[in-house]
Amino acid sequence: MSQTIYDMEQCDIAWCPGCGNFGILNIIKDALVGLSLPQQDVVFVSGIGQAAKIPQYMKAHYFNGLHGRALPPATAIKATNPKLTVIAESGDGDMYGEGGNHFIHCIRRNPNITNIVHNNMVYGLTKGQASPTSERGFKTPVQINGVILEPFNPIAVAISLDASFVARVSVGEKDHAKEIVKKAILHKGYALVDFFQPCVTFNKTNTYKWFKEHTYFLEESHDMSNRIKAFEKAIETEKLPLGVFYVNEKKPVFEEQLTVYRSDKRPLYERGSDLAKLNEFINNFKN
Amino acid sequence: MDKKLKQRDDLSIVIAGEAGQGIETIEIILTKLLKRAGYNVFAAKEYMSRVRGGTNSIGIRISSRPVACFVNRIDIVFPLDKKAIMRLKPRMTEKTIIVGDKKALATDEKIIDIPFLDLAESIGNPIFANIIAVGFAIGLLDIGQDVLLLFLSEYFSKKGKEIIDQNVRAGQIGWDLGQEKQKSLDISFEIKKDISVANEFIINGHQAISLGAIAGGCNFIPSYPMSPSTGVLTFMAQQGENFGIVVEQAEDEISAINMGLGSWYAGGRSMVTTSGGGFALMTEGISLAGCIESPMVIHLAQRPGPATGLPTRTEQGDLELALYAGHGEFPRVIYAPGNIQDAFLCAYKAFELADKYQVPVIILTDQLLLDSYYNISGLPIITEEIKNLIIKTQAGYKRYQITENGISDRGIPGYGEGFVCVDSDEHDEGGYITEDFDTRIAMVDKRLKKGELLKQEILEPEFYGDQDYEKLVVGWGSTNHVILEAMRSKENNGIGYLYFKQIYPLSEKIEEYWKRSKEVIFVENNATGQFEKLIRREFGLSANRHIRKYNGLPFSVEEVFEQL
Repeated sequence: MSQTIYDMEQCDIAWCPGCGNFGILNIIKDALVGLSLPQQDVVFVSGIGQAAKIPQYMKAHYFNGLHGRALPPATAIKATNPKLTVIAESGDGDMYGEGGNHFIHCIRRNPNITNIVHNNMVYGLTKGQASPTSERGFKTPVQINGVILEPFNPIAVAISLDASFVARVSVGEKDHAKEIVKKAILHKGYALVDFFQPCVTFNKTNTYKWFKEHTYFLEESHDMSNRIKAFEKAIETEKLPLGVFYVNEKKPVFEEQLTVYRSDKRPLYERGSDLAKLNEFINNFKN
Repeated sequence: MDKKLKQRDDLSIVIAGEAGQGIETIEIILTKLLKRAGYNVFAAKEYMSRVRGGTNSIGIRISSRPVACFVNRIDIVFPLDKKAIMRLKPRMTEKTIIVGDKKALATDEKIIDIPFLDLAESIGNPIFANIIAVGFAIGLLDIGQDVLLLFLSEYFSKKGKEIIDQNVRAGQIGWDLGQEKQKSLDISFEIKKDISVANEFIINGHQAISLGAIAGGCNFIPSYPMSPSTGVLTFMAQQGENFGIVVEQAEDEISAINMGLGSWYAGGRSMVTTSGGGFALMTEGISLAGCIESPMVIHLAQRPGPATGLPTRTEQGDLELALYAGHGEFPRVIYAPGNIQDAFLCAYKAFELADKYQVPVIILTDQLLLDSYYNISGLPIITEEIKNLIIKTQAGYKRYQITENGISDRGIPGYGEGFVCVDSDEHDEGGYITEDFDTRIAMVDKRLKKGELLKQEILEPEFYGDQDYEKLVVGWGSTNHVILEAMRSKENNGIGYLYFKQIYPLSEKIEEYWKRSKEVIFVENNATGQFEKLIRREFGLSANRHIRKYNGLPFSVEEVFEQL
């Protein structure tokens, strides 16, 4: 597979120079090329925000919907055509704030989709307000005395809900991130990749340097099947672990449990309606 | 008790009791049985928003003619608890026959005392009281016991011999008593039988909407339960495996509609079912359907608002909500079926038009339409298999290619060589975000052109009554049957009636009806005349008078009759 098939010939990118999103875009494209997936079967679903623009800059199918609402259409796309590889990708505000309820219930549903969340701990598109993952004390034009809310911990929440694949990567660790994104896409079931990235314009605290200094790779000995250990790792705050925290291979996959696919694996668009059957059924209403 | 009811060929029976007392079982058995015996029947329920207690009632009409709406009058009432008598008292007259267990009801009313509970205990379980009541009603109506007993044995056929026998016995005991009272009190009815009715269909609004959706090719229904819309979700869930439908209870209505849009994007045919509050949550999704030009079908089952309002009651209060839901400017279609056949037809058409024009289509119903049923000769016949209007894409495919009529070919991911890019931001032909002003204008115009095309697909209003009318009555949706019956009850009335089953877009042809009238009367089950306002805004046509109701109950024939 050509290294450049996902590259756009020309596009007017809306990100600031030096934005972590550029690195993520390259990592995602590299991961997809590395997996040799049929390009026509890959669908991106995103919400609204700077991160959510990522599918615009790739040669791929996309559904760029509403703020916070990437996961419901992603789930439905997969359930409507299970042959597609579906990647729901947006930012921390979109997935953890506006879309928090869907985040919880998507994990419960466990569709076979990948959820990549750009986590820069700040709002970019609306120009610098706090995000659900901003640290306490983080000052913004709205949180003028600093954030007074506890930051949302997506890794701990996902593990507590027994998400089937939970990982965190950092854009500064390109090769590590790429391998984990590949694993997440290959994983059968819902896979969360929380993606650390700096916002060079609105977040002067959590910079490339900060992420380098405040993260470490999970030890090789870490047991990904041990939910309690994974949770312990998830709530560390001194230094934030990178890697795959938790995997549950045994969780039933949403679309595989749907009765429509029990005896017929065809996606919905390949099926017709059965009027004769319906008319026969309507006749029951005579009794 | 005398022969008060003689001459009547149109009976109104009400069964009332607490939630949980099983009045619905009586309703189902009685209506099906009566239809099988060849009687025109109609049934509707009114119930409180609670799982136990309160007072709920079922109204059943039996008539020589087809009937399909609520009357205030009660000819025979079966109160199952004391509160029921209090609650129904305003609808009773000295002619109303009350049948009940005097001991249990502790009432001073003059009633036909039947110790239903004691009799049920004698068979072994108070649960049989309801079947004894059914038997009693059939006996009182002087309908043969063979029909009753055969029906009961069939109805309980899956429950085993003992239960069948007990129910048949209960039915027999009730029937004997009913016959005895019918003869001793000389109560007789003159309802004509029509053998062809026995072979007709009994379908309620929930079922008609669901069946129409299935006929329209619905194969994905993500929804969140909310009265009175839940019946459609339940029906689809029960038939999901049979008809290949993905049914998912979403975490909220926002998720539901966004799932629906995702499904259409990937080649599914989706509908959501909800009520006012849930629909309010969906409105951003409706706007998204407008922007990404996605087909979408939304069943909005109205109930009285604002906010939680009266959850189990009926109202036509959400027309304006449906009309204006979603920010920005984009076309839509709104149907408002007023009978069972049209509920089916509108649900079917909703899928056809949503797909063809890539727009959201809203089906407005209400608790009255959904929970009522009556015998009908059949549903509209659909002969054409549904075709998914999707194309196999070529390389270089543009989802929003500008075309003469505004409609672009709709591709789906994984079918063809092109990329299918849809965006809630303003976008160019390829689906990519743009802030180019000329492109913006082109895209707005493209979307609005489809609105103009939709005017060629209008389900025109139906006219009934006197061609040389002086009074023109205008109604929409579920008021249809009550207006028809009230109008037909007036002799030489000079009334014409216009029934709208589509309320947006509207056809200019309706102006003709105004020109010929001396007085225009709008009938709406709401407080502010939302349809009247819409007609005035669209065409400058006004009303001389209106008949409105907004206490949470449907119009009765008497109310409309008096005010016409």
